[in-house]
Amino acid sequence: MAHDTHDIHRSRAEFEFIKRKRATEMRGQLTSFAMMIFLTLIAFTVVAADFSNYLIVPIILLLAAIQVVLQLYNFMHMSNKGHGMMAFFMFSGIFVAFTIVLTMVTIVWW
Amino acid sequence: MSSNSQKKGFGATIWDYLTTVDHKKIAILYLISGGFFFLVGGVEAMMIRIQLMKAGNDFLSAGTYNEVLTMHGTTMIFLAAMPILLAFMNAVSPLQIGARDVAFPFLNSLGFWLFFFGGIFLNLSWFLGGAPDAGWTNYASLALASEGHGIDFYSLGLTISGFGTLIAGINFLVTIINMRAPGMTYMRMPLFTWTTFVASALILLAFPPLTVGIFFMVFDRLFGANFFDVTMGGNTIIWEHFFWIFGHPEVYILILPAFGIFSEIFAIFSRKRLFGYTALVFATILIGFYGFMVWAHHMFTVGLGPTANAVFALATMIIAVPTGIKIFNWLLTIWGGNISFTVPMIYAVAFIPSFVAGGVTGVMQAIAPLDYQLHDSYFIVAHFHYVIVGGVVLAILAGTHLYWPKMFGTMLSEKLGKWTFWFFFIGFHLTFFIQHFLGLMGMPRRVYTFGADQGWDLFNAISSAGALLMAIGVIILLVNVVMTVVKGERVGNDPWGDGRTLEWAIPSPPPFYNFAQTPLVRGLDPYWIEKMEGNKEGMVYAEPLGDIHMPNGSFIPFVISLGMFIAAFGAMYHTDGHAWALPVLIGGLAITFGSMLVRSLKDDLGFHVTKEELIADNERIQREARALEGGKKGGLK
Ligand code: HEM
Ligand SMILES: [Cu+2]
Repeated sequence: MAHDTHDIHRSRAEFEFIKRKRATEMRGQLTSFAMMIFLTLIAFTVVAADFSNYLIVPIILLLAAIQVVLQLYNFMHMSNKGHGMMAFFMFSGIFVAFTIVLTMVTIVWW
Repeated sequence: MSSNSQKKGFGATIWDYLTTVDHKKIAILYLISGGFFFLVGGVEAMMIRIQLMKAGNDFLSAGTYNEVLTMHGTTMIFLAAMPILLAFMNAVSPLQIGARDVAFPFLNSLGFWLFFFGGIFLNLSWFLGGAPDAGWTNYASLALASEGHGIDFYSLGLTISGFGTLIAGINFLVTIINMRAPGMTYMRMPLFTWTTFVASALILLAFPPLTVGIFFMVFDRLFGANFFDVTMGGNTIIWEHFFWIFGHPEVYILILPAFGIFSEIFAIFSRKRLFGYTALVFATILIGFYGFMVWAHHMFTVGLGPTANAVFALATMIIAVPTGIKIFNWLLTIWGGNISFTVPMIYAVAFIPSFVAGGVTGVMQAIAPLDYQLHDSYFIVAHFHYVIVGGVVLAILAGTHLYWPKMFGTMLSEKLGKWTFWFFFIGFHLTFFIQHFLGLMGMPRRVYTFGADQGWDLFNAISSAGALLMAIGVIILLVNVVMTVVKGERVGNDPWGDGRTLEWAIPSPPPFYNFAQTPLVRGLDPYWIEKMEGNKEGMVYAEPLGDIHMPNGSFIPFVISLGMFIAAFGAMYHTDGHAWALPVLIGGLAITFGSMLVRSLKDDLGFHVTKEELIADNERIQREARALEGGKKGGLK
């Protein structure tokens, strides 16, 4: 560590590249923002439309799951490079939690 | 600040260890306290075997027997085996990946002190009205019925020490992901580092369920909740699920680092690259995954129903496949190697048949219908001691010999080591082999005595005699340690002569900054590669010599843990209506959170070891190395 800090000099090409990447990222964020609003609207609609509870609950859970993924990948930078290990651990955790809940539901509470 | 070579007074040394954040010193703390608890658990084991030595014995009363049995299991798993393995993880894996310390040195120290105070708290139960007595599994129906505070000592003690373990696990994950030296790709990591990594991931995923279970237990017992109370609409089986969702991964948290230690030993002392390195790595990861899908094999007889039993039986049997892959890879590593039978290698060779025997009985128990016969009999006791003693404890003994020089700079006696091995190994098989048959003959586990007319006398007497041999082996080990420390004969970088990984390329013990220059890793077994290419220094470097940033020591982790320890007493005695209990609870928490606040507000930027100091220190190291070569030859060859 503690070696002298360096100023960052970017070449023109690098600068263009970064700019383009930021633009793509921004587009992704705006798209997912729009999608999230849309998903929220669906959620409100199914409740307002007075569907059966057996339909509403799974739909809302599903929409929530999609929102979490959008949030993680587009706003919390999981789509960026170097997040593979983190994704691996998150999905392992989700997998373990899912196994536990599934077992509990099927053999304890059913 | 390169003052680590100067002799310090006794008080200064103690203060140094109380405040250290150096992974090598924390390793020594783990080894000493884990070793102490290992002796405590060992004495409890001897008391159990004395009680069962003959029919109708009255050495221990039924109640005391339950306490001794519970504390034996709990101590051995949580306070002995796991901390001693954490000692080796701390001592070795940062060195193996070429790091200067773990990612969070402060948290590393906090993890240790939490474990330590949790362990002390649990053991104080002996002096404060009785130890827990519901088995190390603490099944809720027994635990809720248990009188006194024994169970509360269990739940609060394990909560505190469990936080410590969780912190340690997260720390190793971050360290191994982020702090590998240049060139140290995942597929070049030594197997001990790999197993540390996977075991840490298991800690991360398995301890929270235990914490949740214990949390419910604390609320049921101390604050009038009814999670497990069937009469109030609770469900006692849920505790069993929570416990084993944690408990089965826990046995892999123990055995994987043991596998890692043995993998290192096989390669070093066969003077060969590990056979099937890639397969060993993937088998480790697979075992880690499967470990979470099998917990209900501990609950076959609960009445989960045939479908659940069949699913969990199959999942359990699958685990034998990656385990078998490992066994064959080790055998093929030895095959055709240039073998030297040092003490660690003897342990490693003895481990294979012992552990396989335990694995085979495991698969037998995985057959659900057969398990109706075996469950809660001495067969189970035989199984888990074959895997835990034949696997984990042999690895701990082997690792103690293997890494002692790296941790302390001296070499344990090979001769006494062999005596320990033979006493321990023969004693182990004598004690536990015969218990398979006691189980098949119907002897139940966790019962304090048996009748003279049941025909179990002889086998129990043999089993107790074996325990005595193991105790003798451990005493010889202690003598060995004392003699080695008193003699204090220093050894060089690579005392075994055949080290392969980075930890053997630096002095024993290493300077506090580990590597003056971060090494560049050019392949699997980097030190071996450099040796083979005639590189005298044993390393190539990834950076020029420059200032090194190091963290300051801190007393805060000790204080945070002490606060929790005090608060636990308050929480426990609060239910007895003592007026002082609530202030103690609040005071303890105030100490904990207050010291956290101090830590957050006070900047502690660490210090720099300058280039000049590094050069001076390097001259000292060279001088000492020359003195070693000039004098008696240190190490094995
Ligand atoms: C081939 C791998 C293994 C299989 C198939 C296996 C299977 C089993 C099964 C089915 C049981 C429950 C028996 C019963 O209570 O009726 C059991 C108990 C146990 N096993 Fe294993 N096991 C394996 C490896 C291990 C390892 C590696 C360890 C530890 C390092 C271990 C430690 C234990 C312990 C401590 C218990 C008893 C827990 C208790 O009731 O107190 N096992 N094993
Ligand atoms: Cu298990």
